[in-house]
Amino acid sequence: MTQVVVTGIGAVTPLGVGARTLYERWLAGQSGIEDGEGVATEYEPKEHLSVKEARRADRFTQFAMVAGDEALAEAGWSDELPYDSTRVACIIGTGIGGIGTLEHNHDVLRDSGPKKVSPLAVPLMMSNAAPGALSMRYKLRGHSYGIVSACAAGAHAIGTAASLIRSGAADAVVTGGSEAALTPLSKAAFAALDALSDSGISRPFDARRDGFVMGEGAAVLVLEDADKARERGATILATIKGYGASSDAHHITAPQAEGLGAAQAIDQALQSAGLGPEDIDYVNAHGTSTPLNDRAETKAIKLALGDRALHIPVSSTKSAIGHLLGAAGAVEAAATILALRDRMAPPTLGYEEVEEGLDLDYVPNTARALEVNGHLPVALSNAFGFGGHNAVLCLEAAE
Amino acid sequence: MAEKTITPEAVETTVREALAQFGPEPDEIKLEATFEELDVDSLDLAELSQIIEDEYGVKLKGDDVGKIKTVGDAVDLVVNRAG
Repeated sequence: MTQVVVTGIGAVTPLGVGARTLYERWLAGQSGIEDGEGVATEYEPKEHLSVKEARRADRFTQFAMVAGDEALAEAGWSDELPYDSTRVACIIGTGIGGIGTLEHNHDVLRDSGPKKVSPLAVPLMMSNAAPGALSMRYKLRGHSYGIVSACAAGAHAIGTAASLIRSGAADAVVTGGSEAALTPLSKAAFAALDALSDSGISRPFDARRDGFVMGEGAAVLVLEDADKARERGATILATIKGYGASSDAHHITAPQAEGLGAAQAIDQALQSAGLGPEDIDYVNAHGTSTPLNDRAETKAIKLALGDRALHIPVSSTKSAIGHLLGAAGAVEAAATILALRDRMAPPTLGYEEVEEGLDLDYVPNTARALEVNGHLPVALSNAFGFGGHNAVLCLEAAE
Repeated sequence: MAEKTITPEAVETTVREALAQFGPEPDEIKLEATFEELDVDSLDLAELSQIIEDEYGVKLKGDDVGKIKTVGDAVDLVVNRAG
């Protein structure tokens, strides 16, 4: 079967600009959350984009462009695509798309009337704006579209991208997820749903957890057919070994309490990788810090991995950056790939109080070396979304 | 907002200021400069049309805007439409 490898990674997150910045700061126990929000404060559009590029792109698309530039540079694609451009796809997930643009133009409509609404409103707010912008920016002429599955979108995008390569529909894919939803309407709407943390603290799996902290950012990965990547002498960062996706078919916001759908996605990711629970060395959890998710996800991990679940580190990137919604699955996959490279389990920050039944090894507060006994370490990266969407990636370190 | 009186000078100023927001360097925005040279596209011209209508009450139709090629063409179109 065609193997799919990662040859470039880029990210913009509340911990800074750059995938390695995210990983290194998280590993060191730094948090990008301030005043109950994970804002990408180090991102300054002028440092990365021209006036025209910036005004033609909502913040979520800008994040994807900057993460994309980093990923393509690492893959060695900056000057020229190594493949026929019609064989290179672009699949980017988002939860909400350009909601900042939507809200601004709604203000204009209300305050100044319909004739003042910007001609750029639609092209900026549409949820497929990021893959559209990236395909134009890098001249990618293969399949391109957005993936919309709430907080699972980034992982679904990467899984879909890998499937495109496996199916022979593409030689390579620029993929990931992006979100910039720290806007008044979206914050009020999540708060109304009682999903956000009142304390403003993201502490996944801790008994005191009280909801998620919203964050913003993006991650973009370059995926390639492994044989073709090796043929061109690319540096390989990781292998996408497997991908599982399922649906709870249960409730529009609540996860199925026993984690059945999530466990099914984990099973499927393992099966498609040709691996079993004993092969897994680390789980990057969805770990939102909501009471419901962290309990159901713990059950799902135990259900899918059996006894092995108690012996492997499980941590949540959201403890350091909050919940990046449709970007989360991609940002967390990016961080996981770098952790596998270093054979490290990054920590779940803020974890102190144990809740009965939540008895996995959550890597509290301090990073730890993975015990891999010489084999290539393998991780699962979980992402679950409102709507009951579950997506799980199985990632293996490069040789 | 009260509409401005249309003079070639006033319209030129409006057009230059609008285009400068869209990305081109202000010193590149000369009357003879083409939109192609300035990387000004149909979406920029849609925004420009909105600004012109707002300031001068002159509606530029899609057909008109499709024909203009330079900064000077845009100024002339607005001034002639008013006349």
